[in-house]
Amino acid sequence: MTMHTLSVLVENKPGVLARVSGLFSRRGFNIDSLAVGETENPDVSRITIVVNAESSPLEQVTKQLNKLVNVLKIVELDPQVSVARELLLVKVRADRSARSQVLDTVNLFRARVVDVAPDTLTIEATGTPDKLDALLRDLEPFGIKEMVQSGLVAIGRGSRSITAGPALRAA
Amino acid sequence: MTRPTPETLAHSARRARAAAGAVTDAQTTRAAGPAAPAVAAPAPAQVSGAGSLVRSLEALGVDVVFGIPGGAILPAYDPLYDSTVRHILVRHEQGAGHAATGYAQATGRVGVCMATSGPGATNLVTPIADAYMDSVPVVAITGQVARPAIGTDAFQEADIQGITLPITKHNFLVQDADEIPRVLAEAFHLASTGRPGPVLVDIPKDVLQAPTTFTWPPTLDLPGYRPTLHPHGKQIREAARLMTTARRPVLYVGGGVLKAGATEGLRKLAELTGIPVVTTLMALGAFPDSHPQHLGMPGMHGTVAAVYGLQKADLIVALGARFDDRVTGRLDSFAPDAAVVHADIDPAEIGKNRHADVPIVGDARHVIDELIAAVTAERSAGRAADLGDWWNQLDDLRKRYPLGYEEPADGTLSPQYVIQRLGEIVGPDAIYVAGVGQHQMWASQFISYEKPHTWLNSGGAGTMGYAVPAAMGAKVGRPDTVVWAIDGDGCFQMTNQELATCALEGIPVKIAVINNGNLGMVRQWQTLFYGERYSNTDLGTHKHRIPDFVKLAEALGCVGLRCENAADVDKTIAAAMEINDAPVVIDFVVGKDAMVWPMVAAGTSNDEIMFARGVRPAFDEDEL
Repeated sequence: MTMHTLSVLVENKPGVLARVSGLFSRRGFNIDSLAVGETENPDVSRITIVVNAESSPLEQVTKQLNKLVNVLKIVELDPQVSVARELLLVKVRADRSARSQVLDTVNLFRARVVDVAPDTLTIEATGTPDKLDALLRDLEPFGIKEMVQSGLVAIGRGSRSITAGPALRAA
Repeated sequence: MTRPTPETLAHSARRARAAAGAVTDAQTTRAAGPAAPAVAAPAPAQVSGAGSLVRSLEALGVDVVFGIPGGAILPAYDPLYDSTVRHILVRHEQGAGHAATGYAQATGRVGVCMATSGPGATNLVTPIADAYMDSVPVVAITGQVARPAIGTDAFQEADIQGITLPITKHNFLVQDADEIPRVLAEAFHLASTGRPGPVLVDIPKDVLQAPTTFTWPPTLDLPGYRPTLHPHGKQIREAARLMTTARRPVLYVGGGVLKAGATEGLRKLAELTGIPVVTTLMALGAFPDSHPQHLGMPGMHGTVAAVYGLQKADLIVALGARFDDRVTGRLDSFAPDAAVVHADIDPAEIGKNRHADVPIVGDARHVIDELIAAVTAERSAGRAADLGDWWNQLDDLRKRYPLGYEEPADGTLSPQYVIQRLGEIVGPDAIYVAGVGQHQMWASQFISYEKPHTWLNSGGAGTMGYAVPAAMGAKVGRPDTVVWAIDGDGCFQMTNQELATCALEGIPVKIAVINNGNLGMVRQWQTLFYGERYSNTDLGTHKHRIPDFVKLAEALGCVGLRCENAADVDKTIAAAMEINDAPVVIDFVVGKDAMVWPMVAAGTSNDEIMFARGVRPAFDEDEL
């Protein structure tokens, strides 16, 4: 099984996310991560889905997704030629004795402190899933009180745009 | 914005002009032709949302809606009262849904059903799922609670859009009365083009009541919907090359060929190539049963020749078929030596169950026409395979293992005999509508289907109770055609209340109840796989004659007849054929032990086909 990142361009209408996510569970696929947001065209939303699957079942789910009337375009992003990022917010125990060590780790990973309390620091970090995993591993010993992670968002490298199709202009 | 309006108008004009007679290929064409002289565009008018809905249905050429009113949909029934659209008041919403399906399958036009919110809408779920599995163009219109009440668990509220998400081609919740004409036009366009399917339109009561302006034609806004109709030329040439070089080829024909109106072309292609043809349960009538190249139906209860033809083929050309598990048996041992050409309008079907060596996406009509041209070119270049050996093997199988049955040892009436005589007496111009179970399989086996759209059944979903309401819808769509439902006593007890609708609305369908007193197909499995332990399959219709189907028929305003022995079969059918002013029900009291053969048991390989109980066809490798 390998991870695949799908960029799904959909009409920005109510209920479209339910159609997309419902299709995955119905056809027996697990979504590893999902992120949704508007694009430069407010009528079009972009759903980034990370799914763990063999390539032939993935082709089937892609075809089924394409059949959804509100789905405009699906592109599988090749990790070699795309940029992929997640956002992490994590609340770490950091009393006076540990605080400087936590801050060292934060700096090492080019993360940022976004909130300070007497015994905790809240840290914001963006990066690839690997980098965020590594950050979490380093913060673990101090004690993670709470964390939240966004789904992966990804975009192809270079000047080409996947949102430049005729169907998308029409939408 | 896309603007496929001329196409929409062409569809509606075709519906408006379509005669009530037999469906021709031309009537079922899904490709957009040049815009036909359209129904005169109605002038914009100030109406309610409900008025806009009814005017949209009129503009779309709808002639009949099957439904039941209720609180949330009530505003729509007021303008419907004065409309040219005929509303047929059914007795249960499931009946409305199957009637719309039967109408669509018999005519090729979109069937329409209507129900209120909550339980009215959920009663449509079974027929919608049924239409989805069999790709039938149906539009379901449901009332919804008023917008401010949505999400509050209001009286008769159900999230029917959410419920039908996995069983519709698409569905809509209308939020603004101004959208009604566009949404209706989109619903009809989606239902009837590409791979057809059911579309649900849910309209809140306050939207139906809101003032709006009705304007027609609307502009469709479906940027993500672009079905591929025309196949890729390179794939067609590759398919034609295989078709002229394979030594054991089979044309595996599915319901898509009927839906595309491609039956004439199919016959040409078959005769041009000389390739044997099998037609699936959904495709009976697409290729004449009497044609010498027809091997019959493949699958669980298919003919030995059709099952082995596919199993031993070196090339399978699938046209509008989907390699369903009832056809393939155990998938990993299905047709191990066959290369596969798979043509379907739905790209997701290709490679779903079986790898396609030559995938072709396109409408079956275009695919077949282009295959004819490409095969002709191959042949004129001198390429053609000799199929003599292949035909010798298949003919030998047909001769040794024809469809047949044994008379019951206990002297009871044989169900197969009843169905066979019905087909012989009524003939190939009638429409036959089956329920689900043994009677359905016998009706597929022992009636000869010679013409398209003469066999209607619930294939993919296997919905018991389909036959009576679907026959009603078929008869409404084609009033000049004789329509026979062949139903089981179990199925019949699920939806027979629609006979009251038929009696009151002047829809003279004929129902042959193949009454073996049991849930026959389940009982057959209990006989074969559960040690003859008949748990909950005896319906008591024999033992106690409850219900008495003759009295039940009469109570529902129909003529009730009964036949209990072979000598009376012909004259009872003849008597039913004489009655054209009322629905007729014949209670054929048949033996309970008859079984459907041949049979490939569920989950086993097609190699394990049984010709009869304990009889495997003598068919070893050295014969092939």
